[in-house]
Amino acid sequence: MTDALASPVRPARLAAGARSRARSERSAGSAVVMVLYILFLLLPIYWLVNMSLKTNSEILGGFSLWPRNPTLRNYETILTDPSWYMGYVNSLIYVLMNTVISVTVALPAAYAFSRYSFLGDKHLFFWLLTNRMAPPAVFALPFFQLYSAVGLFDTHIAVALAHCLFNVPLAVWILEGFMRGVPREIDETAYIDGYSFPRFFVRIFMPLIASGIGVAAFFCFMFSWVELLLSRTLTSVDAKPIASTMTRTVSASGLDWGVLAAAGVLTILPGALVIWFVRNYIAKGFALGRV
Amino acid sequence: MKPVNQKAWFLVLPVLVLVAFSAVIPLMTVVNYSVQDTFGNNEFFWNGIYWFDEMLHSERMWDALGRQILFSAIILLIEVPLGIFIALNMPKRGFWSSVCLVLMALPLLIPWNVVGTIWQIFGRVDIGLLGRTLAALGLDYNYTRDVVDAWVTIVLMDVWHWTSLIALLAYAGLRSIPEAYYQAAKIDQASRWAVFRFIELPKMRGVLVIAILLRFMDSFMIYTEPFVVTGGGPGNATTFLSIDLVKMALGQFDLGPAAAFSIMYFLVILLVSWAFYTVMTNLDREDAR
Repeated sequence: MTDALASPVRPARLAAGARSRARSERSAGSAVVMVLYILFLLLPIYWLVNMSLKTNSEILGGFSLWPRNPTLRNYETILTDPSWYMGYVNSLIYVLMNTVISVTVALPAAYAFSRYSFLGDKHLFFWLLTNRMAPPAVFALPFFQLYSAVGLFDTHIAVALAHCLFNVPLAVWILEGFMRGVPREIDETAYIDGYSFPRFFVRIFMPLIASGIGVAAFFCFMFSWVELLLSRTLTSVDAKPIASTMTRTVSASGLDWGVLAAAGVLTILPGALVIWFVRNYIAKGFALGRV
Repeated sequence: MKPVNQKAWFLVLPVLVLVAFSAVIPLMTVVNYSVQDTFGNNEFFWNGIYWFDEMLHSERMWDALGRQILFSAIILLIEVPLGIFIALNMPKRGFWSSVCLVLMALPLLIPWNVVGTIWQIFGRVDIGLLGRTLAALGLDYNYTRDVVDAWVTIVLMDVWHWTSLIALLAYAGLRSIPEAYYQAAKIDQASRWAVFRFIELPKMRGVLVIAILLRFMDSFMIYTEPFVVTGGGPGNATTFLSIDLVKMALGQFDLGPAAAFSIMYFLVILLVSWAFYTVMTNLDREDAR
């Protein structure tokens, strides 16, 4: 600024220069903030990856910021042992079942909430949401008894149904937000053109809210994938999820840090893949269609 | 106005049946336990409101509730401003915006016990980067022994885990603001703070209420992450409501008190969420006008 004042620059241009400099300073500041924040997010994950590439003796023997002798042995242990890799298969099976069930039943309900008013609609909507608020800890024991009583204990469908408790309300909520954005004239035009309700819904309406369906499916996938308490309570052997395999191995085999870290890294991968596919919808998706 | 159509109930029916199966039956089981006592052998007898009375006078529950409220308050106070701040600094478009979105969403899709494991390892003094660094700086940090360290670790973990959710929601809100608003502000020579206060914050209001609602509910139900990291310790310092409840119901098998506890726990969440929900629907109605 001092040399700018000394030189004979017209005041208007001076002001413009200062403003553009302030703007570029601000965007540089933003970049620094983002880099720091993302570093903070990635550092613990990096540490997990780092440990998964070390042998147990290297982990406990010394401290190093990167693996000295990178080894894939930990991953090999997991991918060759059925009691490990079946955990991933089980988790994926019930997560996919849950996603399909949740979105399928939520679609017509969300349509009803977004298009019509009917007796008790507001209370019903809030009651649905209350289930999203129910602490899984409250339901763990009753779920165990219920699914044991109907003979579904330790099956994939039991976990999938249990996760519906919080995923169906969420799916209804998200889809309702997206459907509200579709003008009602489209429905009316379709009926005048002679479409029946199911045909209209599948042929015309669902393509219109395709991104909303994707977002709802993403959220169902996410919350079912990360949940542990219910899936652990409802399974013992045949449908045991990976998350629960990990906790048991920690207590049983005297802390094999390398394998534990490798298992952790492998649980991050499906989520990372899913995010990559929905990256363009992610911002709007997180707002649940309500912006 | 939406047309009245009672037949819409048929569309809601599948959801109703499914959720009733997985919510009403278990909830009624809990209610059942809460008013009965047993001498074993699956013989139960009516016990009235004795368990509720006992839990309301038990220090254990009040302590857990106090810790829970403190925890939720701390993480909301950190995560909401931080999330908004991050959202304001995110690149608006282009390649880097996608990169930021993907990297920021990453912690949200890590299973909760793995989140716990990551931080358990990360904070360890012998093999973790964080613990090791703090020890090298001469700080006496040990989250398994020291109460404050345990709290700091858990709060830091939650900030790591969930700030992105608030940031992404706020970002979505920011993106929906038309460029004309900013141009008008520029003509008026509004300061950066005025732009935030009078344009961006009001426009983000709707999504922020969702963000706070989700974060409140989930932090109030938190179980897996602190359980993996500290197991509720040292002592009972990080035993939050869910951890205490699971200990009581599945560990000690005190079904009656645990059930009474559950119902009161659920009611607290319900009450707060109802308040949020009312605010939210009112905001929606204002926006629709």
